[in-house]
Amino acid sequence: MVTEELIVNMGPQHPSTHGVLYLELKLDGEIIVECRPNIGYLHRSIEKIAENRTLVQFVPFTDRLDYLASMNDNLGFCLAAEKLLQIEAPARAQYLRVIVAELNRIASHLLAISTFAQDLGAYATPLFFAMRDRQKVVQIFDELCGQRLTYNYIRIGGVAGDMTPEIARMIGEFVLYFRKMVNDYDELLTHNIIFKVRSKGIGIISKEFALDYAVTGPSLRASGFKWDVRKDEPYLVYDKFDFDVPVGANGDAWDRYYVRIQEMRESLRIIEQAMGAIPEGDPVAKVNKVFRPSGEVYMRTESPRGDLGFYIVGTGETFPYRLKIRAPSFSNIAALAPLIKGLNVSDAVCALGSLDIVMGEIDR
Amino acid sequence: MDIAALVQELQKKAPAAGVELTPTGVVIRRDDVPLVFGLLKGEFSFESLQCLTAVDRKGTIEVVYHVYSFTHRLMAVLKVVLAMDDLNVASVNGLWSSANWFEREVYDLFGVKFTGHPDLRRILNPEGWTEHPLRKDFKGAGVVLKPVK
Repeated sequence: MVTEELIVNMGPQHPSTHGVLYLELKLDGEIIVECRPNIGYLHRSIEKIAENRTLVQFVPFTDRLDYLASMNDNLGFCLAAEKLLQIEAPARAQYLRVIVAELNRIASHLLAISTFAQDLGAYATPLFFAMRDRQKVVQIFDELCGQRLTYNYIRIGGVAGDMTPEIARMIGEFVLYFRKMVNDYDELLTHNIIFKVRSKGIGIISKEFALDYAVTGPSLRASGFKWDVRKDEPYLVYDKFDFDVPVGANGDAWDRYYVRIQEMRESLRIIEQAMGAIPEGDPVAKVNKVFRPSGEVYMRTESPRGDLGFYIVGTGETFPYRLKIRAPSFSNIAALAPLIKGLNVSDAVCALGSLDIVMGEIDR
Repeated sequence: MDIAALVQELQKKAPAAGVELTPTGVVIRRDDVPLVFGLLKGEFSFESLQCLTAVDRKGTIEVVYHVYSFTHRLMAVLKVVLAMDDLNVASVNGLWSSANWFEREVYDLFGVKFTGHPDLRRILNPEGWTEHPLRKDFKGAGVVLKPVK
């Protein structure tokens, strides 16, 4: 039988593209000969909007970038703004920020690994498990700032609300509960033979490839390159905590999954240490409501998906002159086309799922 | 190595290239882009282009490169200033593959043409559109707020 090359449009509406991503695939039978990713379906011109808002007004917009890890986006922007304005948040706020950022990292990784498992055919069970545990994190955030997904909790100069004893109790319970649950995920997925056969050796990212494409976060660490902004360029109070940076060995889809599992354990360690050492005091510094930023700053933080950078240019006006968001998913998805060349379509879904992209921060 | 030492080394290796250190970054001439970035990648082990963007300075457009060296733990900010009537600059896609999409984004939003780019199309906005929305003279349909006093 003679086969000819066929162009298949995957997306923009497709269950395993994790949002509105459109892949133009040139197929030879089931093998991908060429892939052209098309993005922009969720473009809301957030960078242009930023030029028409004060820094304080812009914080809620950062929630809408990576909507699965809004706390980390809040944090990245506020740290960049504070660096530009030379403000330092009080010690209690710094600890609270670490706690919520790590809780959000767990929630985000839970969704990443469970949708990844779903992509590989582990229908519903891992997703339900993960959603159940993520709900516990979301409830803590709901108690803390009254929102489940878009928090606007971390503000310039501190955080919006203090932690009550009730919330401290919820966080303590969650850490104990989730430490047991991570082992369940390990039993359910990590060493599951079907899961391993589907994900081992698929979409291998080498160190050189990752650096060339500026791939960051768990996808970079899975290739064996030990790089974590929290460890290598510490911000907040991360240098006071004892935690490891898990790395993979082969850089395949399974390694990327397993790095996330290990990172959740490290996050628990950080939360536990931060809860034990949190000082008393104000959760927010006394700062102005309107700032006149001048100069330039580039600040990056470790979001669950990688290096999240904010580049802010100010000219002494109340609105920033230019604001660029360097989103980790943007660079990670740019590496997709060479990554899935020569794979089956079903394995391409596996490679895409293991990158853990969020279209909100890619399209901005 | 810090940024001042890097600039000195660059000036030594490429005396003809106008490498100049300013408080907000290293400014280089447009024609020296391939030479200077080639040196950064090849001689000074800047393995990764972390960010590439542009700023419309009204009359000129500044292209801003954030290149990072994991070896030296150093982020170098490089800038190329382009005149509004001649928005062409050499692509660095051959050195770092991450430049591919970053340059497409700058082309889409600012209209800067990267010569030698293999696939310079719009990335966020629809193909066939003629405007470049992040330029300061772009009049969008949205509400523009008055600056807070």
